[in-house]
Amino acid sequence: MSESVAAEHNYIGLSEFPTMEATTMSDKTKTRDNNNVDDNGLNFKATELRLGLPGSESPDRVDSRFLALNKSSCPVSGAKRVFSDAINESNKWIFSTGSTTATGDVGSGSGPGSSAVKDGKSTTFPKPAVPVKEKKSSATAPASKAQVVGWPPIRSFRKNSMASSQSQKPGNNSETEEAEAKSGPEQPCLYVKVSMEGAPYLRKIDLKTYKSYLELSSALEKMFSCFTIGQFGSHGGCGRDGLNESRLTDLLRGSEYVVTYEDKDSDWMLVGDVPWEMFICSCKKLRIMKSSEAIGLAPRVMEKCRSRN
Amino acid sequence: MGLRLPSKVLEHILSFIDSNEDRNSVSLVCKSWFETERKTRKRVFVGNCYAVSPAAVAKRFPGMRSLTLKGKPHFADYNLVPDGWGGYAWPWIEAMAAKCPSLEEIRLKRMVVTDECLEKIAASFKDFKVLVLTSCEGFSTDGIAAIAATCRNLRVLELRECIVEDLGGDWLSYFPETSTSLVSLDFSCLDSEVKISDLERLVSRSPNLKSLKLNPAVTLDGLVSLLRRAPQLTELGTGSFAAQLKPEAFSKLSEAFSNCKQLQSLSGLWDVLPEYLPALYSVCPGLTSLNLSYATVRMPDLVELLRRCSKLQKLWVMDLIEDKGLEAVASYCKELRELRVFPSAPDLDEANIPLTEQGLVFVSKGCRKLESVLYFCVQFTNAALLTIARKRPNLKCFRLCVIEPFAPDYKTNEPLDKGFKAIAEGCKDLRRLSVSGLLSDKAFKYIGKHAKKVRMLSIAFAGDSDLMLHHLLSGCESLKKLEIRDCPFGDTALLEHAAKLETMRSLWMSSCFVSFGACKLLSQKMPRLNVEVIDEHPPETRPESSPVERIYIYRTVAGPRMDTPEFVWTIHKNPEIGVSHLAIK
Repeated sequence: MSESVAAEHNYIGLSEFPTMEATTMSDKTKTRDNNNVDDNGLNFKATELRLGLPGSESPDRVDSRFLALNKSSCPVSGAKRVFSDAINESNKWIFSTGSTTATGDVGSGSGPGSSAVKDGKSTTFPKPAVPVKEKKSSATAPASKAQVVGWPPIRSFRKNSMASSQSQKPGNNSETEEAEAKSGPEQPCLYVKVSMEGAPYLRKIDLKTYKSYLELSSALEKMFSCFTIGQFGSHGGCGRDGLNESRLTDLLRGSEYVVTYEDKDSDWMLVGDVPWEMFICSCKKLRIMKSSEAIGLAPRVMEKCRSRN
Repeated sequence: MGLRLPSKVLEHILSFIDSNEDRNSVSLVCKSWFETERKTRKRVFVGNCYAVSPAAVAKRFPGMRSLTLKGKPHFADYNLVPDGWGGYAWPWIEAMAAKCPSLEEIRLKRMVVTDECLEKIAASFKDFKVLVLTSCEGFSTDGIAAIAATCRNLRVLELRECIVEDLGGDWLSYFPETSTSLVSLDFSCLDSEVKISDLERLVSRSPNLKSLKLNPAVTLDGLVSLLRRAPQLTELGTGSFAAQLKPEAFSKLSEAFSNCKQLQSLSGLWDVLPEYLPALYSVCPGLTSLNLSYATVRMPDLVELLRRCSKLQKLWVMDLIEDKGLEAVASYCKELRELRVFPSAPDLDEANIPLTEQGLVFVSKGCRKLESVLYFCVQFTNAALLTIARKRPNLKCFRLCVIEPFAPDYKTNEPLDKGFKAIAEGCKDLRRLSVSGLLSDKAFKYIGKHAKKVRMLSIAFAGDSDLMLHHLLSGCESLKKLEIRDCPFGDTALLEHAAKLETMRSLWMSSCFVSFGACKLLSQKMPRLNVEVIDEHPPETRPESSPVERIYIYRTVAGPRMDTPEFVWTIHKNPEIGVSHLAIK
């Protein structure tokens, strides 16, 4: 690629910056005379940093250290963005130190999260991880004491590790704690294991994230579609298109597989028979099994219902 | 024309060429060379996952064995990129599964990887061998279990500083009893305890295991038992070193370490008590890499350890080492190539460690092979920078983080312009540079003029005006990645040097003064750039000349991406905003 030649890319009618040394603002102003901008120099007004929108009046904010400097090589006020401004901006938008959310794969158009997903939270702006101190409106705010997002530039992983070793907790994971707190102040998460016949490993889901059997079953369908398709499809890849999913739906709702759960009494029951609220209170484990295996369950389910009623 | 080299001959020649830069050049010679090269390329590297489409890469390199991908911008490491921005691994995994089934190695950095991705990898690549995830997120230990259970020939499984939804330590039990191929295992970023007996059995049946990095949940007892089963290890990341000090525990540990005669790299050491350090003395003389950056050990215990490490090439440590510790390093560790000093207390309030610029000066003087530096320090001087530049012209990577923003030379109160000028001028091979402290536009003029080989440049809280960016974009010829935060410039220099941006991988600017109008104009004029505005508020609610919060600009042949979240604005996604003239006063 050829180097850029400034003169050719003169989008806004300005000529190339001269290469003269410009150590003071006044020098810079002189060299800009040939440009068709105002006599204040090249866009200094436009690039001048202030709080609020350009055009509105705002006081010049100057960090006290710059007043002390007063050297010609270091222009003061206006053109320099003071640290206090940086904090102010950063205050508006601060992020957590990373998240355990499975944001899903939006790229292909369909994106189920992984198990125990904390709903698609990608659009909300997360809570601050770094406690940001209140910005005082004095020009002499001790900038070094305030905390700015991402400064000093240390990875969250390292920050968390240091924080945990300082608090003497071995291997503390602030993300997990955050996640657990997030799922509800009153009740903790309700993780249950989900296994499927023929699958080499099991999954865990948080029942609290679902509101109905429908939500649960569609989540399970998506989670285990890999294995079912692998058994019946030709190439064993996870189907992401509608055809495979609907096929799986048929399989799950049809005759091939049923979802069962182990309840508090260690009995295996068919999912769907009891009201949802009652179900999540009594479910300890989930298992997706072939219908042929589940036939024996039906009578016990009915017995249970009778004894409960 | 002349005679054409038979493709078989060309193939044979190319088998000696590993560097992708060279291979890229080869593929530009002519069409037949392009064809031969693409069919024989085994290791594919994509520095920005949005620069090219997965389908195009899969189609071009059908013989791919190894794929390396990077996703989010580097500043995502410091929480400057909101969750949900992008960097999804799925489209790549899906494309490779369909077209490159003989893929054996996948390395991802800063990407969103879900359990579905991991399951897909496990299901699709029959001879899968290497999975390395660095700073990734979005998956749980279930996904790891899938890899462990299904990949029969797995050699490398490394989770480096990932954010993993930890559902428990069961995942380890999914390695089948028949799996004996493991060479490297790194689960240091997981929290949950794994069953030590499972780990012991896995280690025992893996004769090729060379690298093992445990998580903090593994106790000292566990470590001892594992070391006994794997004395052939060359790389070890310990678990937690904090335990009740019992005399027999210490001697067992010492003995276990002394049997590891091939150990070259040591890390972990979380919560290490100074009383346990002598157990490591026996391996020190052989160590080439030592990561003490999580060890809260202080002086003089640190020196006792370091003075035994005469072969040390890489040292990561916290500022607890102080200037005098670094002076010791300078005299004992003459082979040192890389030094990283991290702050032990990132809050400026608590910074009162006796680590100053002098520490780095000691090492620069004493360690002739020093070429890579990352140094956090509260303040610095020009004189120190001049000395460092003079003594170490062979520096390739120089990242100085003066923790106090806008801090001038604390002895002279001048900006650090002269110091960084010396670095740029003196270190002619400099590839990567991070600057900090008080810097005026002049500093960047020097950098632009002299830093001809710098590929990656990071800047924070610096400069005075657009001149700064102008100097960099017109000067630094090899610049590939530029990341800037909290600097007082924007539109003018950006628009003037728009074409330069196509020669770079990416430009990141946050909390600067770039207007939405400039972004739109840039986007319209440069169709091969993706100009992304990352802003919480819709830009049309403000005047066009008002600054946007963050921008991320990168070259691409894949066109605009379709997976942008709400808070990312592009001219393609939001055409209703339209393009209007940039208002210049």
